[in-house]
This record gives sequence, C-alpha cells and structure tokens, in this order.
Amino acid sequence: MLLISCPWCGEREETEFHYGGQAFVSYPADPESLTDEEWAQYVFFRDNPKGDFAERWVHSAGCRRWFNTVRNTVTSEFLS
Amino acid sequence: MRLAQGGEIDRTRPLTFTLDGVEYTGFDGDTLASAMLANGIVQVAPSLYRQRPRGIFSAGVEEPNALVQVGAEPSLQATTVRLRAGLVARTLSGVGRLTPEPEQHRYDKRFTHTDILVIGAGPSGRMAARTAAAGGARVILVGAGLPELSDPSGNVESRGPLGGIGDELAATQLRVLTGATAFGYYDSNYVLVAHKQTLWHIRARRVILATGAHEQPIVFENNDRPGIMLAGAVRKYITQYAVLPGRNAVVCTTNDSAYATVAALVQAGARVTVVDSRPIPPDLAPKGVEVISGLVTNTEGRHRITAAAVTTGSTQDRRIECDLLAVSGGWQPAVHLFSQSRGSVRWNGQAFVPDASAQANRVVGAANGTFDTRAALIEAAEAAVEAAAAVGYPVAMPPLPAVQEREITPDNPVWLVPGDPANQFVDLQRDATVADVRRAVGAGMRSPEHVKRYTTIGTGADQGRTSNIPALGVIAEALGTTPGELGTTTFRAPSVPVSFALMAGRDRGKLHDPIRTTPIHSWHVTNGAEFENVGQWKRPWFYPKPGEDMETAVLRECRAARTGVGMQDASTLGKIEVVGPDAGEFLNRMYTNAFKKLAVGSARYGMMCKADGMVFDDGVTMRLADDRYYVTTTTGGAANVLDWFEEWSQTEWPELAVTFTSVTEQWSTIAVVGPRSRAVIGLVAPDLDVSNEAFPFMTFRETTLHNGIPARIARISFSGELAYEVNVSGWYGLAAWEAIHEEGRPYGITPYGTETMHVLRAEKGFPIVGQDTDGTVTPHDLGMSWIVSQRKDFVGKRSLRRPDTARPDRKHLVGLLPVDPGQLLPEGAQMVALDAPTTPPVPMEGHVTSSYRSAALERTFALALIRNGRNRIGETLRAPLGDRVIEAIVTEPVFYDKEGARRDG
Ligand SMILES: [Zn+2]
Repeated sequence: MLLISCPWCGEREETEFHYGGQAFVSYPADPESLTDEEWAQYVFFRDNPKGDFAERWVHSAGCRRWFNTVRNTVTSEFLS
Repeated sequence: MRLAQGGEIDRTRPLTFTLDGVEYTGFDGDTLASAMLANGIVQVAPSLYRQRPRGIFSAGVEEPNALVQVGAEPSLQATTVRLRAGLVARTLSGVGRLTPEPEQHRYDKRFTHTDILVIGAGPSGRMAARTAAAGGARVILVGAGLPELSDPSGNVESRGPLGGIGDELAATQLRVLTGATAFGYYDSNYVLVAHKQTLWHIRARRVILATGAHEQPIVFENNDRPGIMLAGAVRKYITQYAVLPGRNAVVCTTNDSAYATVAALVQAGARVTVVDSRPIPPDLAPKGVEVISGLVTNTEGRHRITAAAVTTGSTQDRRIECDLLAVSGGWQPAVHLFSQSRGSVRWNGQAFVPDASAQANRVVGAANGTFDTRAALIEAAEAAVEAAAAVGYPVAMPPLPAVQEREITPDNPVWLVPGDPANQFVDLQRDATVADVRRAVGAGMRSPEHVKRYTTIGTGADQGRTSNIPALGVIAEALGTTPGELGTTTFRAPSVPVSFALMAGRDRGKLHDPIRTTPIHSWHVTNGAEFENVGQWKRPWFYPKPGEDMETAVLRECRAARTGVGMQDASTLGKIEVVGPDAGEFLNRMYTNAFKKLAVGSARYGMMCKADGMVFDDGVTMRLADDRYYVTTTTGGAANVLDWFEEWSQTEWPELAVTFTSVTEQWSTIAVVGPRSRAVIGLVAPDLDVSNEAFPFMTFRETTLHNGIPARIARISFSGELAYEVNVSGWYGLAAWEAIHEEGRPYGITPYGTETMHVLRAEKGFPIVGQDTDGTVTPHDLGMSWIVSQRKDFVGKRSLRRPDTARPDRKHLVGLLPVDPGQLLPEGAQMVALDAPTTPPVPMEGHVTSSYRSAALERTFALALIRNGRNRIGETLRAPLGDRVIEAIVTEPVFYDKEGARRDG
C-alpha cells in the first residue's frame, strides 16, 4: 500500500486517497464550439504512459483537497 | 523414534494428541510432524490424483505432502502445526474442506510503524536486529517459525530473549514477534505479518530481509515414497526435536550442506551411506561412512522406502537397502518477499538470488545466496549499520563472533536424473511429473508461467517451494536453455497459507460494515417493518400486518397513498447545502436545467450528467436564500455527488465562491402522501396556510409544528399525489414522525416503505437513477428532454449531440404491460422480438428495469429500456424465461394520472 504525501496533511495511507486520472486536462472553455472529435478527445481519451505521469489525486478521507503530482507508473514512486 | 537425549523439546511436558482417530503422545515443543515421526509415523494421506503413498517430506513451510485438518481448520501443514494437548488432526489428500461452522476464536489486527523491520530470526536476522537496535532505532524482528495456532489468547508480543538476543537489549526499542510469519510485502515498505491470532500491518522505513533459503529436492524415479525427505529437515528433526526419522539412511546430495545431516545421523546412531553428485566428494563424512560419487536413480518400497538404486557413473550400479533417503539438491534463497517488493532476481547458475531492490530494503544471509555463516553475519551487520544510519540512529559495526572457516567444494547441481518421467515427481502436492512438464512444453508452452498453469505446478499450499526450481530445470532441459534464461514465475502474497479468519479479523458480522439508520429507525422496528439495505442504510421496505405477505402489504400501502394518506421516512435522501455568492452559477453548470433564477422559497427537480452525457444523479433542490441552496440527491448517490461537486469546484472553477456541506444526517425528512395529506399537514402545522393558492406545488415554507418543532415543509411529490415533505432537525425526527402519525390516525394514515414508494413512482413513469438507468442512459433516453436546458452549458451537454448519443433509435425508457395482467416480468429480464429465433444468436431488444403489481391499475406493469422503444409503442415483445415466456406490450411509461390532475389534491 502506497504512502502518499498530501501537500496539506503530509504522508498518509493510500486508502485515504482517490485517484483522479491525468492532470492538466481542462474542461474546454466553449464545448459547443468543439468538433465531435475534439470533444471526444476531452471526454474519452487519456494518456497511459509507462513511466512518469502527471496525475490528480484527492485526499478524500482526509482534508478532501485535490492536488496534482507526478508518479512513475512502473515503480509507483511519487516524484513531486 | 525419539532419541533419549537432546533436542529443544520439553520432556517434562508430555502432550497427548489424536491423529486419524489414534491417540499418541509427544512433547511440548514438537510440531505435529515431529511428534508423528517420534511415534514412527512417516506416512501421510495418499497423493491427490494418483493415490500414491506419501510421507513427511520437510520440516517447515515448504511441506508438500503432510497436509492435515486440525479441528475445523483444513489444509494445514503438519510441519508447521505446533503440538498442543488434545490436538485432533486428520491427514488430508491434497485438499481440505472449509467447515461451515462459524470461527470461534477471536482474531484482531494491529497497525504499527517502525524504523527498521527485520524479517527472519536466523543468525543473520538476529545479527541485523541486534545491531540495528543498539543505536536506539525502533526495530521489529519478525521471527519466522511456528504460527502457534493453538494459543487462543496469543495476541502477545515478546520482548524476551530469542536465541541470542538477551537482556542487554531490554533498554532498546527492539520488539520481537516470535512465532510470526511475514507473508505479504507491498508498496512503500508495507508488510503484513501473521502473528498467532493477530494480523500485523507494519510500515517500515527500512526492511532487512533475512528469510533464509529452502533446500531443493532432486528429481529421480519414484522420488515420492514415504521415507524420502529433505536432508536439512532430517537434521532439524534430529537436533531440534530429538527424533530420528530412520535408522538406515542414504544421504544423496549435490553440495556440502548435507554433511551436517550425515554427522547428525551418525551421532544419533543411524547407519549412513552418502551418494554425492560431485566427481570427487569432499572429505566431510565421519569415519566409517561410505561416500559414493554418483546419484540415486530410483527407489523401492511400498508404504516406505526399502532401497535406493544408485548409479556411480561407472559400471558399478548399486542397490542400497534403507528406510530413509535424505536428499539435498542445493538451496534456493527464499526470495518470495523480496520479489513481492518488486526486487529483481538473477540466476547464478544454481539458484535465483536477489539482484536489485525496488524499495528501501536489503537482503542478507542465505536469502541473499550467502551461505557461509561468517560472510552472512558480516552482510547482516553491514545492512543494519546502513539502515540505522538512514533512519537517524547510527551505530558502529559490532564485533563478529568467531566462526570457523572451512573450504567449500563447489556444488554440482542436478535437477533431473534419467528415468521413467511418468514416475518422476516435480510437484509432490500437485502430483505433477516430468512427463506432465514435457507434455506442456510439447503442447507449445514456452514460458514457465504457462507451464505452471498447464500443469498446476507451484500452485499448492507450499507455493512451489520444492517444485519451482526442479520444474524450471526440466523445462530448460526440454527447451535446450537454462533456468536463468527462462526466469521465475511471479511470487505473490500470501507467501504462506493464511486463514480467512485472520484476514477478516473483527470485520465480521455486525462489524463488517457500518449500518446507518435514521432517527426514526426505532419506530420502524417497533412497528414491524421489514428492512431493505440501500447502501449502508437500513430502510423500511414494507410494514406487514399480521398475516400479510409482502405483496398484500405493498398493495395495501399503495392503496392508502392513492386514496387516503400514507407516510414514509425519506431521511436517507442525500442532502447537501450549497452556499456562496456563486452557488446558483455553480448549480447551473452541474445540472441539465437552470437553478440560478430559482426563486427563494421555491424548489425544482434537477438532473445531473457526467461529461459523457449519461445521467448520474437527480433530486429536488430548494433555494433557501440568495446564496444558499438545499440540494437533495439519491440515497445511494449522496457521497458521490458531494465528491463530484468538490472536484469541479476545486479543479475547474476555483474562481466560483461556493462551498458544500453534507447535511444528510442533520435533517430528517418525512413524506406525507395522498389526497388526505393536506388535512394531516394542516393539523400538524396549524400556523401554515395549506391551501393550494397559498402553498403551491414546488414551494416550501418554514413553520413550527404544533409540538414546537421547527420545520421546513415542501410540496414535493414522487408519487403524483398531493404530497408534502416535512424536514426537521434530526434530533426531532422521531417526535415529528410520531406527531404526524398521531394526527393522521383519523384519516387512516399508513406508513409505507421503499417498495410502495417504488411502485407509486413507477406508475407515474418516474425513473430511479441506478435502477432504471445504468450509466448508459441520457435524459433524452428517459424521455425527459424537457429537463435539458438549451440556453446554458452544463457538464455533459456537448455529449448529447455526439452522433451516437443523438441517435433516434437508442434504448428508450418505455412501459411494458404483460398481455396476461397477472404475470409479473422479472426485473432484468431480456426482451426479444415476437419473431426472434429461439436458438442463439437471439437479438436482444432491451431489458426490464422495474416491475411491480399495481393496486391502482389492478394489474402488473413494468418499465424497460427498449431499443427504439418510443417508436414501438403498441408492439408486443417476448421475455423468454427458460421454462416460460411472458408477452408484453410496449406502452408510454406513464400509467397513472397522465394528466397530472392529482398533484394539487
Ligand atoms: Zn490532505
């Protein structure tokens, strides 16, 4: 079980967190102006790299704050 | 046979035990296996598939043969069961059977942090723990050994001495878990340890693995007879338990380690012949012991070995009579835990040894392939010094005990001796032979993982401790490669069998999951409600009167709500206060319909979608003030909706000033439903003008009940009837309920449960998110296009015009009326066309999502998601149900009061 460092609370057990997927995928400013393909990219497509990955986590059983971090998907080591 | 002297058993404490119905005696300190051998029993139950005689093979967790059931607990290894007085055991052929009886013992869990965790209490582990603790670091030493399942109170940790760790450590932060086994190694140095009846969860900053090594067998023909044992096990039985497993022994070895067994056997009075695979065996045997350069090729004997056939490589093949054959095919480091920690291993020509760590750990001693005692102790001390410095409690290298160095003759590893492959056993527990492995390779398997699954080798309770390496050797030989090229199979937790009871701990029965009840719960219990689980909530399902079954009770409850007045505890509805100057704007972005301009004092039903346009939750929201909304959610969706709001607020729109507070528990909600509800509310809330003009549909009023309870009463209806929702502080929930029930008595007010609520809403075609939807249903699919705003953006809106989402022939929510009004369609039933074929493939048209008997309609009816359903009104479909078929006509989903005439009373 991973030990995850919440920027607000410090190191806590993985079971206190929920995973939020790839970071920096913003909600489009004007969804109606997007093509179907562009909108589908936002809704359905995410990167799945082997290695370092910027992703979102939420400390749901703690301070309930969302934060961004970089994790290595092979080793599960948190790099930031 | 028990030796007259020696051993670590307590001869002053004889213990009587029963095996397969016969009573025997052993001593405190025995395992069941050592006590069996002391009583001359080597044979255990026959093998799983081929029913071949088998015997005790090892003295530890690698045991493949000696499986026993002890009391109610099946599939224990006799070699790891500590003997206790009155123990009743039965030998098992490969598999056990769980007892249906509930577990009587109490199991528990402990969670702890430590600076340094040392796993393994052999010489290396003890050296590492003693060294690491000297500087003041918190150290836990997990002593591999007997699980001591017999000790019912055994949740004790020991600070006492453990073979060499003495009083000088009393002042340190060293904790010793004796009789404990680490069996799982997870991320961030998280290790699970089975310690008697306690499951320890240990988080360590550093881990030192001193898990030792497992002796490997040699595969020859008929290598499975009782009386064939691992050489190290024979030595352990003699030295630790003072048991001589045989008087006339052959020791077959590929390495030096078995000579310690030879010495022990000779000292215990046995006659010994050594068969050594090396061309020039070392001069290590005591005087008078014959040492032959060669290999055992076959054995004789029925219920016990009687002779070994030996090839010497020359013409002089031999047949040696014996009652014990001790085998040593070399040692495989116990890399299970290291491998679980994602450490890599490499093949050193004889065994897989640890290579690179993936976590903050080190492997020392035999577990690292370091078999020389002095080198192992140095390795352990160095690892401890490094770990102690890393955690901030530095220590110096300790003095090392003098250990006599000796010359080592290199091993000559042999995995397979030529012979009949059908009787050369690779995995004794799975009864798998060399022939089985070759068959797997012949069938095209190349990877050890595939061969393992094809042959089941390594999948027994012993986790392949004595079979993985021989199997790799045989596969490598068949493929013309080396075990190193093949690599090992993956090691997974638990590395030793762990009982379900230990894993469960106290999370059983009532403690398995929290139970949530409303403030009115006691009334429901007193009044005979049957309960339904909705998430963690216990909700009244229906209230049967004496003699009523569910169907009768629900029909009565429905009739009351449609013709008189009913009441329901709706307190489990999720409730969230959304507060701030931007609360309206935020809700506008979340819901498909608009809330920003909702008037204070009014309520509105809303629906939410995920970004893919699929319905996620729904509920009624009231505007309490300009900057304050009271949102209700589905009972099951409350936590998810709160999380959803937080996510969008924090990650997308931090500029919106809005906060969210769960108030589900703070409010009790009582629905008062039916044509007579206005009269009841008028009596309960005398200050309130309940006329339709003064208090219209979808508004709410703050008032005080006649008993002084402050209340927020809303005109909301989930049944189509005139209805009110009385919201009061949770503290007053029961009092408010009792007041309403009392005032409603003259009108025959009828408490009803979730089943009636479901029927009433279904008669009106109101969907329940999660029952009539499943994450693939849009508001349009539900026929609720009216709730989708065309003027504003909301999450999911753009998805609604994606080609697939906008398809006119998607599955639509429609009604189904069975042709026979007495037949009830089962929920989940698949609907097919009338002319659909009766044999597969049968095209599915959709499925039934809700189905009930209706008092108002005096017949059965259902809701269903049907392909292109709204354009198939009037069509008859079939539900093939195995032994019968129900035909039903597709209808509009609203069955009752289509005009909505009943809403205002
Ligand atoms: Zn936090």
